Amino acid sequence: MVFLEFEKSLESLYTQRNKLEQVGEESDIDVSPMLAELDKKITKTRKEIYSNLTGWQRVQLSRHPERPYTLFYIEEMSKKFVELHGDRYFGDDKAIVGGPAKIDNYHVMILGHQKGVNTKLRQYRNFGMANPEGYRKALRLMKTAERFNMPVICLIDTPGAYPGIEAEERGQAEAIARNLFEMAKLRIPILCYIIGEGASGGAIGIGLGDRVFMLENTWYSVISPESCSSILWRSWDYKEQAAEMLKLTPQDMHSFGIVDGIIAEPIGGAHADPNAMAKTLKKSIKTQLNELVQIPIDQLIKQRIEKYASIGKYELAE
Amino acid sequence: MMEGQSWFQRFKDGIQTATKFKRETPDGLWFQCTECKTTSTVKELKKNVYKCPNCNKHIRIGSHDYFDIIFDGKWTEYFTELKSVDFLEFADLKSYQERLDKSYKKTGLHDAICVAKGKVGRKSLIVAAMDFKFIGGSMGSVVGEKIAKAIDMAIEENTPFMIISKSGGARMMESAFSLMQMAKTSAKLTQLADAGIPYLSFLTDPTTGGVTASFAMLGDINFSEPDALIGFAGPRVIKETIKKELPAGFQKAESLLENGFLDFIVDRADLKQRIDDLLTVLNPPNATDKTVVQKK
Repeated sequence: MVFLEFEKSLESLYTQRNKLEQVGEESDIDVSPMLAELDKKITKTRKEIYSNLTGWQRVQLSRHPERPYTLFYIEEMSKKFVELHGDRYFGDDKAIVGGPAKIDNYHVMILGHQKGVNTKLRQYRNFGMANPEGYRKALRLMKTAERFNMPVICLIDTPGAYPGIEAEERGQAEAIARNLFEMAKLRIPILCYIIGEGASGGAIGIGLGDRVFMLENTWYSVISPESCSSILWRSWDYKEQAAEMLKLTPQDMHSFGIVDGIIAEPIGGAHADPNAMAKTLKKSIKTQLNELVQIPIDQLIKQRIEKYASIGKYELAE
Repeated sequence: MMEGQSWFQRFKDGIQTATKFKRETPDGLWFQCTECKTTSTVKELKKNVYKCPNCNKHIRIGSHDYFDIIFDGKWTEYFTELKSVDFLEFADLKSYQERLDKSYKKTGLHDAICVAKGKVGRKSLIVAAMDFKFIGGSMGSVVGEKIAKAIDMAIEENTPFMIISKSGGARMMESAFSLMQMAKTSAKLTQLADAGIPYLSFLTDPTTGGVTASFAMLGDINFSEPDALIGFAGPRVIKETIKKELPAGFQKAESLLENGFLDFIVDRADLKQRIDDLLTVLNPPNATDKTVVQKK
């Protein structure tokens, strides 16, 4: 198990538990009452830690190395999934994956950012930072979905669109802009979930939809707390303050009306029980799809555009 | 050469400033080009539409300067009543409210974008132009809302629309609200497209971040000024990521033209004529030219 710094009290409890278990195995002492006591303590401590997370702690949780990623959810939730590759212009981006899938009786196009599950794969997936061809692959899949009347589900988890020379030369900005334009008028329901990191243009590039939800331990912001600290405080040391200032937690985002709801995670985060998390996500997807497919598509698009057109806070001077 | 710059600064407000609006352009009598270091008079510079008379470097100018150039000095500004609010009570080294107040005072502007309507030749045009001087031309709620309102006006009046971009990207101090302006402006542009109204996107130095990754790259026509920096990530961020020097001409308008993201680059002296040409050939819905075939 990997423990984050704010989980230190948990870590020591687990160490105690392991030792106790060992003692139980090596001797005749019945340790079960003590184990039960310790388990109670672990549950209580975990609840305490997780009921009071700061913005920065949620950022850390969203980046937990054991957190489930897009392909895990797709495999868990769908009976059948066929991954499709390539943007048909340049190449196949490994940081965005997707394809048609059957989730119970729903035919959907499901896509999202993909991070690697180990050191080698993290590089292969470019840490979930897509190049323009990733966004263009996503759009290609969405256009296919439109033709076959399949709702689009986007799972968002990225530290940002990749800032590289080739990415710029191939039009990173154009690719994201094009997606926003096309998604605004896509003639099929779009359902988005922030399942980890929701960083800036890289996130919203596949994040414009009829409904947007955030998992409990995720964040969504115009910039990562680290970059914000570096630009506004001119130092990398103010990431905690930046995380607070940016109001990037699901609670904040929901109170602003920018996201439609928060999906509860198992105690200890999605990585504590990935299968349970996938079940919860699947349930939400089905509930939302049941509602969305009832709405006539012209009305849905009108609502979608009006929703985004109404986002903004300003005042009128005389 | 002079010690310091005191000679180049003016001492009293109002001198040589036609309106109460304070221009992005240099004040005083003299202007020294940052590129070729040649000194010329501000009068010469102005006559040359704010390009260095020696090396043709296009000096950064403000929204009102562009309106003057495009509309021959006759234009009406709209939506000046919209004002930014520090609703998150965002504070880094300074509070957002302080930054806003300072920018109002320094620039005389209402926010980082101005919307105006006027005529190019005989054709009406609505232009939303950004001001880099106002918090780095950053896009917050007011920028998004002004663009949305300008698009509504363009649709209502069946008038072509143009945005002059000049921005460091999204306004961090409005956090997710600034990010959402990317979605908002792009979504509004679909309505303009559905109405069959041309949208010209003019990208000027610099255009980066969320502005490039939304409306700036979505023009029916995308064009730029020479040597303008245009990109998604800033050059510094890219350099830090890849830990290599950036190639010459990287993220410059000329490279973007070569890579297929711009339709053309226009010298500021030809800007007005080029817009006029575009409005003529594009068959805008309100064309007054009798030779144009009217759309059903």
